[in-house]
Parts: sequence; structure tokens; C-alpha cells
Amino acid sequence: MNPKLSRRRFIKGVIYSSAAAASGAGYYLASAQSASNTVVERLLSLNVNGRTRLVDVAPAETLAFTLRNKLGLTGLKVACNRGECGACTVLLDDISNYSCSVLTHTVKGRQITTVEGLRSESGQLSAVQQGFIEELAPQCGFCTPGQVMAATALLRANPNPTREEARQALAGNLCRCGAYDHYLNGTMRAAELLS
Amino acid sequence: MTFMHIGKNFVPPDVEGKVTGDAKYVEDFQPEGLVYARLLTSPMPSGRVRSIDASEALRMDGVLGILTADDLPPSTAPADPMLAIEDVTYVGQPILAIAAISDAIAENAIERISVEFEYREFVTDPLESLVEGGPNAYPDGNHLQQTNSLEDENATIRGGFGTIKWPASEVERFRNGQEPRNVEFADGWTYGDLDAAFAESTVIVEESFVTAGTPHHCMEPRSSMAYWENGKCYFHASTQSQSSVNEGLAAMLGIDPANLCIINENTGGGFGSKGTSYPTMGITGQFSRLLNRPVQLRITREEEYYLGVGRPGMQGWVKTGVRADGTVAAVDVIIISDGGPTGRNSASSSAQHISVVYTPDAMRLRNIPVFTNTAPRGAQRGPGQNEMSAAIAPIMDKAARQLGLDRASFRRINAPHSESPVYEHQGPVTSAYMAEAIDKASAMFNWPEREAAPRQRNGSKVRGLGVGMGYHSAGGRGYDGLVRITPDGKIHLHSGVGNLGTYSYAGTTRAAAEVLQCHWESCEIVHGNTDQHLPHSSTQGGSNTIFTHTRTNWVAAEDAVVKLKEIAAGEFGGAADDYSIADERVFKTADSNQGMSYAEAAAKAIALGGRFSGEEYPEDIHPITQRAVQGLAGSGLIGVAKDNLPQRGIAPGLMVSMAEIEVDLETGKMEILDYIGIADCGTIIHPQGLSQQINGGAVWGFGMAGSERHVYDPQNALPANLGLYQAKLPTMLDVPAKMASGAVDLPDPSNPAGGRGVGEPSQGSAVAAITSAIADALDGHLFNRVPVTPDMIVNLASDNEQATKQLALNTF
Repeated sequence: MNPKLSRRRFIKGVIYSSAAAASGAGYYLASAQSASNTVVERLLSLNVNGRTRLVDVAPAETLAFTLRNKLGLTGLKVACNRGECGACTVLLDDISNYSCSVLTHTVKGRQITTVEGLRSESGQLSAVQQGFIEELAPQCGFCTPGQVMAATALLRANPNPTREEARQALAGNLCRCGAYDHYLNGTMRAAELLS
Repeated sequence: MTFMHIGKNFVPPDVEGKVTGDAKYVEDFQPEGLVYARLLTSPMPSGRVRSIDASEALRMDGVLGILTADDLPPSTAPADPMLAIEDVTYVGQPILAIAAISDAIAENAIERISVEFEYREFVTDPLESLVEGGPNAYPDGNHLQQTNSLEDENATIRGGFGTIKWPASEVERFRNGQEPRNVEFADGWTYGDLDAAFAESTVIVEESFVTAGTPHHCMEPRSSMAYWENGKCYFHASTQSQSSVNEGLAAMLGIDPANLCIINENTGGGFGSKGTSYPTMGITGQFSRLLNRPVQLRITREEEYYLGVGRPGMQGWVKTGVRADGTVAAVDVIIISDGGPTGRNSASSSAQHISVVYTPDAMRLRNIPVFTNTAPRGAQRGPGQNEMSAAIAPIMDKAARQLGLDRASFRRINAPHSESPVYEHQGPVTSAYMAEAIDKASAMFNWPEREAAPRQRNGSKVRGLGVGMGYHSAGGRGYDGLVRITPDGKIHLHSGVGNLGTYSYAGTTRAAAEVLQCHWESCEIVHGNTDQHLPHSSTQGGSNTIFTHTRTNWVAAEDAVVKLKEIAAGEFGGAADDYSIADERVFKTADSNQGMSYAEAAAKAIALGGRFSGEEYPEDIHPITQRAVQGLAGSGLIGVAKDNLPQRGIAPGLMVSMAEIEVDLETGKMEILDYIGIADCGTIIHPQGLSQQINGGAVWGFGMAGSERHVYDPQNALPANLGLYQAKLPTMLDVPAKMASGAVDLPDPSNPAGGRGVGEPSQGSAVAAITSAIADALDGHLFNRVPVTPDMIVNLASDNEQATKQLALNTF
């Protein structure tokens, strides 16, 4: 686990997401509670993919919900909605996080990066995206945006990982197609492209 | 044969969208006016709905309406209904849907609905239902009286009710691993002289086995979204096929298939569970029509475990006779299948696995598909073959050991070859090179030396080697191919195959490019939307796409080539046979200057009309393809044909796996140290896609061997594993850091492109290699059960009683 992602923060996220899952509402829980009279700041200024976005955010809204439903950034996927699978992974200040387990109100002032934000301004794919294509890493593709973000976080922290380091870094991202070997190959290829 | 495209890697057109997030899945589509539906599901495993009171919910702001079984065509049990009323048969079964302007309002509104149920008895373990006086899952019976065959494994099993009960003493006998006496079975088959074959056997091994039911765990839940325009339904679905879903869903909606457009460019996993139309699709389409609004029905991860179907579990007994020379003489097998409420079972294909992989001279299957009040069952990767592969491998190892035979050599002795008779009808295969696959795997893995070496113990850890074989029938015929060349020179390759991420929807179109001898850059694959005019195609399941659709693309492109030559002959004289193609030109063989480009020929085809541009088409193509051609008529040169190519017998997908594992006797943890998978899948069509399937299937095999299972609380029939980490699929740390794969790469003579599929046997051979290795690590001990969980290993090592009762299923 990346040291910047504290155990305390991670556990808080999981507790939140478990409660949401148990209620059955989960992903949309925020909207369910928005009818309450609680007075909280609603219009948040978020830094997403290098741009400032003003978003109307309900008190208990998850970052996954905000990004997908308010900002139209549907690249991240909600596959489990309880911090198990990693398909919703985004970067917060270059650290990978499960966006289904992060409250949007907690990320004010942080740099949020989604899979849509990885291309260069000229449209060039990132090294991880290119490496994944060359190694045909994805299969069904539903977990792929999360895998891309996990690999991106790794290479930003450690541009020359060993295969074992990459394996550990991607271990929080499940792939039912079983393309693990290929995601590792893609990550190692991306490291080569960066060097 | 030297190919231009076949056997070479390429970048499938959808892969970039997957790494950039541009690839769209069902929940990514949110059209103007979208409303959100959620399900009220049954809290009880068995009963009927007495009454529904939704008045309070319907008064809520933002609630738009409800849909109940009364709004739908009647359904007759044991068919899996869209919404249940008379027969509620499992916890989590949809009872009604409610729609609102937001998902959250719909979710909250469910809490305001009151449903009164009538309770009935229920059962979770098939053997409990088999005991005289035991509970039945339905009031009308306890097993499926199957009326259709399972030639198409993705087909919905149909039938009615039957009741079979065994004396308690015989169920107890069966639980204790013995053959039950004088009891009734529902179905089965036999070939050869079983008694004579056992009489010839030097070694006879008799064992019981249990394979757990398993959820599919598709990363994309089966959400759907629909809207209607002018009497036509536009349906965003998560499916394995355009064609296979089209007719079933149209029937659920009560419309002509021509009035249904399925949009499905990407599917986030199917693995058999989305091979045909499924009930929640019907709910979405019907509800959208009722409300006259676009409706999204979101299915949550938790709901997937209730209603998302799973692999049937098996409880069985098998007796195997092997001659002194190592040939398998006879196999006698009994399979009690856990059919859940749908009766889905894979007993026949389980037994067929044995008939293909170990080629016994005589064999018998006796089986009963028993209904239980657990999750609905459906096809799952290698249905039948793969769970049998897991169960039978260590049992065959035991026989080999008793004969003093090397386990890989034993398998080679019995390996199917191109003249081996298979299945209950002992029919032919198209070709088989299993011995070659075993040889290649043995050489790459260095099996002889490693098998001969002593198993060194490392503290509490013991090592084991395993070998496994996988099989699945991997190819069909009779589907259609469709290609179109337009005057701009583009070559449009139309595919109705689903896109599960195997890239075979794209890989198979390269057979058309091969026949047309064109540049891949000139080709555009058209798929994922019925309105884009897609041909009748198989479901992407049953490992069949590579064989089935390289053939359809081949024949469609051949039709296009014939037309190209006829057009050129009409322009430059002579007969069509006087012409050749190369570099996207058709020209006189004797004088290449006399010819025209494909683009020019396409313009000529439009001018000529008739069969050249799709105004006329072959009579034998499917109505789906007919509609597709009608939609394209006049837009280019149309190549269209039904696959009537000859096929001798079953096209087998075959795999051999070898693995080395380490088992910790103190913790029960199993680590896979080394793994190799070698395929016999004919000619390699797409190397990267092949390695993806071999390795991905292996990961599935690791999960079946060590962790994945359905578990139910027998008190209430509540599923105990409703999360990815509970059921549980392997993570990256559960698989070796590096996996090796390869293939025999000998062409199948029934396919002009030479290929056969292998997506399913890759799991079967892997799980078998692991169960074989576990037994090897534990001095030949047979658990006769998958998954082998850590507690089983610890209990064995500690001489503790196992927590699971022998032959019990679905329990803790």
C-alpha cells in the first residue's frame, strides 16, 4: 500500500462503503439524503484532470457518483461499490483511491485525476495506456480504467518497479477475466516506455 | 499455409477505448429523460405472493410507477419468470420493479411497499430433497424433467416437473461414497459393454465427489436500459451476442425481432451468464414501454449474487476401471445436479468430458437435476466439463499410481486423437492433437525430471505437481457471414458476435480479410448495434467463436470475391475464373493491367444491383441476416453467405496444464509456484488473444480449485457470500507472477482458417492441474471436493474431522 494512503483513511472509506452497501443504496446514497435539512456547503470547487469544476454535491455523495453522474466522467466503473474491486480507482494527488469509498466533500483542494485525464494535451496516450495496448492487457475492459490508474500511480511514485513491486501495486484491482499477467506485462512495458 | 492476417497480432479496434475510458457500457448511457428502476426482491426462499400494496410508494414525489407480474405475460414454472408471483423460488428473486426520477427515490420507495407472502418449505441441498419425505423446491416436484437436449450449452433448459425420491438408506449410502442400489434416475446415457470393460480392468477406483456451485462475478452487473421510438425498442444490454439475445428478448417484449435494436459494443464479462436474454432485460423493456420513458434498471453487485445465475453444483459417484496397459476401460458415473430453481444442469457435458479426455471404451451416466431454492443456475465457462475436470483428475491420478504409471504418460496413453470416437454416440471429432499438447507441455515444464524428483518439505510447506486436461466442444456451423465493400474502398466486416473481451469478434473477421487479400487498414469492423446491420451469429460462448466465425467470415468473403471477379469479367471479358485478386484489385490473371480496384468494383456492384449489391440474397440465410442485407442493399458490393462448409463431427477445444504448488500445512494456504498451459486449438488465429484466454482461464481454474463457491445458510436459505471477496475470485496475488502458455498450432481440417476455440478448456485443465497437485502434495490424499479451502488442509494435517459433511452441498 502506498504510504500516503493512510490505513486510517482507507478504513474510514471502507466503513462508509460497507454501510452504504448494507443499506442497498450505496452509490446513490447521497441523493437519498439530500432531501434532509442539514445545512452543508453544496457548491464545491473540484480540481479534476487539471480543470476547476464547480459541482453541486450532496452531503454524503461519493466521488464515484459525482464524477460519473455530475461530471460525465464515466471512464471509472462502479463494479462493487464497496471498496473491493478497484474498478473505480482514481488518483488523489497522484495516489490511487477507490472513488466509491471517498466522499466528494473530503477531496476539496486535491488534484483529482481520472482515466480521462491521462492523455497529453495533444491527445497522445500515456505510457500506461500505450503499454496496455501493446500487451493487449484488457479483456472485457470493465476493470481496465482502474488498472490503468493503479499502474499510473505506481509509475509516478516508482518509475522503475520490479515485476513483484508492480504485482503488489496492482493487487487491489480485481479482474474477473483473469488478465493479471497481461496487466503486469503492460505495466512493465509502460515503465520501459517511460525510460 | 502462409497467411497475411491469421496468426498475427493486431490492435483490436475496441482496446484503445478500454484504456482511455471511452468504451461505453450499459450504465454509461444516460439519455435525456432517463428514469431509474429498482427491484423489490423476495426476502424468502419459497412461497407465493398473496398481495402487493404499493399505494404509499406511488404517492411519493418522483415515483413514476410500478411493474408487477400482473403487467406481464404469464409465466409457467419452472421457467425463470421476469417477476415472480405464483412461484417465488429463491431469496432475492424479483417481485416487482418501481421507477422514479432518481435511483435514490426508487430505492427509498421500495421501503414503502408492502408485500404479503405465503410461505412454503424449501431446500438448499439436493440430497435432502432426494430423501423420501424431504422438502421440494416447488410444490409440483423436485427435479426437472428435461425436454430439450443440451447441444447448445447456452440454451435455456426447458422441461416440466418430476418427482424422484430415494430411500433414506440409499441417500446415506450415496453420501458415504457408495453406489446407491435400485434407485430411480431422471436421465442418462450409456455406450459400450460396461460389465465386460470393468472385467478387463486391472485397477478399479471408486470415489465420490462434490463440486460447488459458483457465481460468475462478471465485473459489469447485468444492468440494462431501454427506450421506445415509434414502436421499436432500443435496448442497451450487457450480453454475449446480438443474435442469441434478439429473439428471446423480442419474445419477452411481445414484439417482432425486427422491432428490436440491441446496442452492446462492450460487455463487462459474461462467462455464460449473459449468453441469451435474461429476465431482468424483459423487466426493463416492458417497464420502459409502460412508462413511455427511457428506463435504466441498475443491478447492484449484491443483486448479482441473488439473481445473476451461477454454475450448478454436483454431488457424484464415479467408478473407473483401468487396464494393466494404462488404457481406461470403463467409467460409470452418477451425478446429482443442483439445478437451483431453473433446473439448469451440466451432467451430460460433465460425463462427455470424461469420454473425450480419457476415451474409455465403455461408459454410463445416470443423473438427476434436482431443484433447490438457491440462485438460478445457468451456463458458466466450460459448463460441466470444467467441474468434472476438477473432480476426476486426482481420481485418475490414483488409478495411474496404482498401476505404477507416470501421470502425464497415463494421460498420453488415453489422449484423444483425430480418429477417437467421443461422446455417448461415439462420433468423430474434426481433429485432435492432445498427445502433441502433452508432449509440448512436458518438455516446456520439464515434467519427467520434476515428477521424478523427491518432494522436499520446506518447514510446514509441502510441494506438489499436477497435470490436468481440459475439453470443450469448440465450434458450430450454420451461421451467416456478411461483408461489404463500399465505393470509397472501405471493407466493412459485419459481426453479430458479442464482445466479451476475447477479441474473437475482431479476430474472426480477419478470416474475411484473408480471403479478400486486403490490407487490415482498409477494413472496418461493424458490430455492437443491430441497426448497423449485423448477420446471424452465434453467442460468444461455448469457446465456439473462433471456429464458427472464421468460417462465416470466410464464406462471406468468398462470396464477395466471386462477385468481384464476375464484375471484372463483365467489364474486361472472359470468365470469372480468369481473374485473380491482390492488393485490393481484381484483375485478369493473364494481364494484371486489365482490372479494377475494389472501390471501382463496389461502384459497379451498386450500378448492377441484384445480388451484387444485396437487393437479392441467398434463400438459406437467417431472417436476422436477411434484414441486415436489406438494410445495406444498394450501398456497396455485398458478400453474404450461410456457412455450409462440411464439418466432420465435434470440433474439440483441448488444453493441457501443468502446475507446481506449495501447500502450508499450518495455515492451509496454497501457493501456485509455476504454471503452464498448452492448447490444442488448431491454427493460432490471434496469438495475444490466445495467451489471454489460456492465462485468464487458468485464473478461473485457480479460483475453482481453491476458493470459489456458493454457500447458503441452511436455516433460511440465505446466501452467505454476497461480495467479491466472499465467493471468492482470485486476486493478482493468488496467481503466479509469470505464467507460460503455448499451443500445438496444427490446423483443423474442418476450418479453412484452421482454428478452434479454447476459452473454456483453459479453466478445466488449470483446475485439474491444481487438484492433481494438491493430492500429490498430500501423499495422494483425495478431498474429492472443490474448492479445497485452507480449513480442509489444516483439518487434514491436524487429524481433525472435516467441517463439511461428506457429499453435502451449499452448506458451511
